[in-house]
Amino acid sequence: MSSQDKTALAPTGGKTADKVFRGVAYGCGILILVVLAAVFLFLFFRAWPLIGGDQAANNETVSNFTGGKANNFWGYVLPLLFGTVLVSILALIIAFFVSIGIALFISHYAPKNIATGLSYVVDLLAAIPSVIYGLWGGLILVPAIYPFWDWVANHLGWIPIFAGPAANPQRTVGTVAVVLAVMVLPIITSMSRDIFLQTPSLQQEAAYGLGATKWEMIKLAVIPFGKSGIVSASMLALGRALGETMAVLMILSPGLSYSIKLLQASQSQTIAANIAAQYPEANDLGVSVLIGTGLILFLITFVVNFVARKITEKAGA
Amino acid sequence: MAEATKKKNLDGAPVIDFDKFRPTRSSEQARKIKDYVMTGVIALAFVIACIPLVSVLWTTIINGAKRLNLNFLGYNMTGVVGGNPTPSGGYGGVLHAIIGTLEITAGAMVISIPIGIMCAVYLVEYAHGGKLAMTISLLVDVMSGIPSIVAGLFAFSMFTIVFGPGTINGFEGSVALSLLMLPTVVKSCEEMLKIVPNDLREASLALGVTKQRTITKIVLRTALPGIVSGCILAIARVIGETAPLLMTAGYIASTNVNLFSGQMTTLPVYVYQEYSKLNANCPAGADASCVTTIPMERSWSAALVLIIIVLLLNLIGRLVAKVFAVKTER
Repeated sequence: MSSQDKTALAPTGGKTADKVFRGVAYGCGILILVVLAAVFLFLFFRAWPLIGGDQAANNETVSNFTGGKANNFWGYVLPLLFGTVLVSILALIIAFFVSIGIALFISHYAPKNIATGLSYVVDLLAAIPSVIYGLWGGLILVPAIYPFWDWVANHLGWIPIFAGPAANPQRTVGTVAVVLAVMVLPIITSMSRDIFLQTPSLQQEAAYGLGATKWEMIKLAVIPFGKSGIVSASMLALGRALGETMAVLMILSPGLSYSIKLLQASQSQTIAANIAAQYPEANDLGVSVLIGTGLILFLITFVVNFVARKITEKAGA
Repeated sequence: MAEATKKKNLDGAPVIDFDKFRPTRSSEQARKIKDYVMTGVIALAFVIACIPLVSVLWTTIINGAKRLNLNFLGYNMTGVVGGNPTPSGGYGGVLHAIIGTLEITAGAMVISIPIGIMCAVYLVEYAHGGKLAMTISLLVDVMSGIPSIVAGLFAFSMFTIVFGPGTINGFEGSVALSLLMLPTVVKSCEEMLKIVPNDLREASLALGVTKQRTITKIVLRTALPGIVSGCILAIARVIGETAPLLMTAGYIASTNVNLFSGQMTTLPVYVYQEYSKLNANCPAGADASCVTTIPMERSWSAALVLIIIVLLLNLIGRLVAKVFAVKTER
């Protein structure tokens, strides 16, 4: 009886709590916007000496970083950007077909009870920390992949990207792309698997009803249905590959050129790995330069992710 | 039937030679072969994906087990000189890195889990698909794609601007990690809140319970297993992050238990630092107890410890979701 009295007597306390709770929830929602703005602003402020400071000092810092190869910020960041995009696109190309294959295998080929187990296996790939991929790539994959790349360089060397001789050890863009492909594979797989599973069964059965084989059914019903999902998954994977630091840092032998020779060492470097590599020895201005490159990386990944999510949103609506 | 066709013919309707459209044996065969080939290719794709997974796990276990013992887990890196054994009989260890990892991750949890849950509550319970909520939801998705190194640079810039240059401490690492953890927490909590049946909310509100109490006592409690599982998976995601901690938390050889002052080593950073040492020095004429390859062996063992932690967290997260799942009408 007494507890009933209490609730009857004190509804006002509940109202205040209600208001506070509502305020906190709104605040936390808006905090997301604030945090994203803060990321941009803090990076921008810290990189300000790069824009508003003494340009001669900036250029000197850059040439100290590169051993005189580049003399201004753009001469420094553009090759890095080129390397970043090159490695990521390669990784995406390698991972794309394999992951679509796995996604189809899980969604349409494997028996139902095995399929869930297989999805766990793919999720496991995503769970392994990047530093372990770096360690594995640097110590196991680099020596193991050399015979393969050597064979490629000898037999397909007439294609410019495979121009030999293959470097040994293979601390090259080609090897890094393979490791990054393994790392982005789970992203594409899990997203496209989800969308493949949503294919209307009416369409699938209609295709079968017309006498299609399984593969023809997939081509007619599943792939067209999942197209936008596949595209957005690939963009997300690209975003992940663009920002990957440790695997690149631990495997790649860095360089600073616009080279597409995948099998030769010291050709390219990515923005993220470059920051991690140069950061410990950088002085104050050097850190500003590195944060400037980080800001560019942030903006690029932001745009890539934004476009990817917009595509998913449109497909979902 | 034959008469009917004859009648049609008499009417002047076109005669269709159905035999012309009958699939030939070779085209049937080609389609079948293509189907088999694609099945093979798709199965092969799966096998290809398993190779790196098996290889990573296998090599880490084989190489890591060599130095993984109680001494390795019980000591830090103080007093380790070159490849020589320490007085305790081991070759240095990861105690300080494990402590650092746990503290920094706990810091990130304290920051991002309450904010993440409340943000999800806002998105599901209060916003009702308004424009602001759509924007926030989209930005949370975009945020989950922020490169980890940018999160590190952000925490670093913030701490140098607010607390003066050269600030390096564990909490700075927590801030960086919480930025990476937040979107994962928000997303998984949002999913979990969405599947709480509306009947429960309506029943509670109809009894005159305030909205705040409905959310905390009914909605959040119903979704609790899912939220816990989502948070554990988010922790598993950030506990292996290296790049942001490299620049925010630093690296030292001794144990530092103070999250708010001084450098702190974490397991992933330890793996990286040992990896980049390549070889340890052994003085000329040193006996067999001096191991030159010890940094790599330590690196593998620390990697094994890290993998075990991450996989355990994943396992626990999934088990929590499965065992305590609320049965919703579906």
